[in-house]
Amino acid sequence: MTRIIKNRAVVEDSWSVLRLAEGETADTIALPQGPVLVPLSVWTTRKSALLAASSPAAPVGVWLAAGEGPEGLVDDLARLPVIAVDFPKFTDGRGYSAARLLRERYNFQGEIRAIGDVLPDQLFLMARCGIDAFALRADKDADKALALFDTFKTPYQAAVDQPQPLFRRRAA
Amino acid sequence: MYRYDQYDHALVQERVAQFRDQVRRWKAGELSDDEFRPLRLQNGLYIQRHAPMFRVAVPYGMLSSAQLRRLAKIARDYDKGYAHFTTRHNLQYNWIPVERVPDALAELAEVEMHAIQTSGNCIRNVTTDQFAGVAADEILDPRPLCELLRQWSTFHPEFAFLPRKFKIAVNGALEDRALTWFHDIGLHIRKNEAGEVGFRVIVGGGLGRTPIRGQVVREFLHWQDILTYNEAILRVYNRYGRRDNAYKARIKILVQALGVEKFAEQVEAEWAHLKGGPATLTQAEYDRVAAFFNPPAYVQLPAIDEGFVQAQAELPAFARWVERNVRPHRVPGYASVTLSLKKPGTAPGDVTDQQMERVADLADRYSFGEVRVTHEQNLVLADVRQDELQALWEDAKAVSLATPNIGLITDMICCPGGDFCDLANAKSIPIANAIQAKFEDLDYLYDIGDIELNISGCMNSCGHHHVGHIGVLGVDKGNEEWYQITLGGRQGNNALLGKVIGPSFPADEVAGVVEKLIQVYLENRHEEELFIDTLDRLGVEPFKTRIYGDRLKGKNAA
Repeated sequence: MTRIIKNRAVVEDSWSVLRLAEGETADTIALPQGPVLVPLSVWTTRKSALLAASSPAAPVGVWLAAGEGPEGLVDDLARLPVIAVDFPKFTDGRGYSAARLLRERYNFQGEIRAIGDVLPDQLFLMARCGIDAFALRADKDADKALALFDTFKTPYQAAVDQPQPLFRRRAA
Repeated sequence: MYRYDQYDHALVQERVAQFRDQVRRWKAGELSDDEFRPLRLQNGLYIQRHAPMFRVAVPYGMLSSAQLRRLAKIARDYDKGYAHFTTRHNLQYNWIPVERVPDALAELAEVEMHAIQTSGNCIRNVTTDQFAGVAADEILDPRPLCELLRQWSTFHPEFAFLPRKFKIAVNGALEDRALTWFHDIGLHIRKNEAGEVGFRVIVGGGLGRTPIRGQVVREFLHWQDILTYNEAILRVYNRYGRRDNAYKARIKILVQALGVEKFAEQVEAEWAHLKGGPATLTQAEYDRVAAFFNPPAYVQLPAIDEGFVQAQAELPAFARWVERNVRPHRVPGYASVTLSLKKPGTAPGDVTDQQMERVADLADRYSFGEVRVTHEQNLVLADVRQDELQALWEDAKAVSLATPNIGLITDMICCPGGDFCDLANAKSIPIANAIQAKFEDLDYLYDIGDIELNISGCMNSCGHHHVGHIGVLGVDKGNEEWYQITLGGRQGNNALLGKVIGPSFPADEVAGVVEKLIQVYLENRHEEELFIDTLDRLGVEPFKTRIYGDRLKGKNAA
């Protein structure tokens, strides 16, 4: 079990993340027992086996690498309780677009989890893009990080957390 | 100009608190240097050669006198009593310790200013024409739309970690005074046949290491769609721009790789989903913001003031200043004045705290309390009565801000260079000063006439050398500072990149080379021909021959 932030609270969590090591391939790797997040390539090539092995107690989700968009998952969204977005470095911002697309274009209702180089100072931005679970990098303190969700109370733009931009809500 | 409401105030105050906390955590070791770096950069804070360099935003170049006084106070209380105006409507301090930056930010927030996104791989300060609202050739005042873009880009949640920095410029007049062809996004305000206001959208321009002129992605975009369309452009860039090599990461490289048609297709496909969504601008919001830019309370004046005409006849020095630094205004009896920050012997764009306070006073007395910053690193008082120009001139002279050289060779664009900037390969200020010294004689200077000379201390091109008629670029050659010369660059509607004319020169030869280029022009010009016209007519050969002739002969002999 690890501690993650979910819906702005620190909770115990049992999901593991399957990452392909050097030399491992999507079609041969042993599929672990859920709850597990698998790479998009594993999901695409092993979908029926993964679905057969999954259960409410051992669910399967998918994680998207930074260069991967949600387009390849469109038909599977209803079957996935969790989609993770990987941040290989916290300065790689592709995951923000992936999360917004999942929520705003594809209406994904499940959990979107940030994994990888996830740091407290980016939580505010990630939450605005529709990410609602955060597996902080192991050396970061999740309890202290909670305060950073409220860095800015009323930002300008429309986003997932507030679909109306400030200019449509500004008190006259 | 725009004034903050409770929401704008809250956001800059929250920014101060956020940065104060980040500095604290960095000092406490909770944030590593690598983790802190992008956070401080997004507050304009570089760790530099001598001390941190701190860059403050002057959104679309507008400053109130109160803001300018505060900038002066910060220069005095936190720095060494001076600051530097950049080519993108920013002000830079050079000596503020990191620990004091949160307090400086708090002082800025009190006067509705900030350093948000003045650096880092995010959407930077939006720039525009320094004569917005007063230019005779204006289609629409770009400032309300600039303010709407400022708000949209401020803490944009999806685009805070782009592949590379992202700069937007807006021009609202017939003549481009905002270098729009060389920005990541350049916007031209225009009207369609139905009289509706919109933008020509140009993407993928930029200077820097790989200078490229932008390309038109859309000829007409209705103004209400600008935020959703920008989101489409930025999303395509955020997802597909290169991240493997910082030198290949600007959007211009993506546009080049895809070709502009394919790039435009991707943007349009993305926009199809966003068009008409909640981020579509409303007339009510435009009107709310535009009201802040209503014309000031002009009085009715004769188109030509007799006293002003007479003063020019009697005072040649005043007439000279009027010729170079005063520009017609669209309201009869008014003029726009450029205060030169290019006094020979000083660093171009630098101002002292006292000068800033004095300019604030001049703005209050002569120009409705407002000042503009130009991308040529000067200051503008946009709304001065003709019958007060002489008094303004006398006052400006007293603080060395009346150098009559706007548009002349000594009014050069120049980055801080190796004296201050860690990125620089070479110094630029001493080169500027050496060139200024060659052209100190006013008659000579006026005889040469309009010419643009731009100096950058490195490939990052903050001094816009690519678009100078004469460009000077500092390069590092075996740990020595050398300078490469380009010719034929230009800004404006026909913006072009200059071409390198040959091998580079050591620092002590640059001013002499520039003088030779000017001699070729003076010897060959036709009546009324400017430097750039003669260059266009003759081509670069005669200029090259004059500069390299002896050297090439010498080589042949050997």
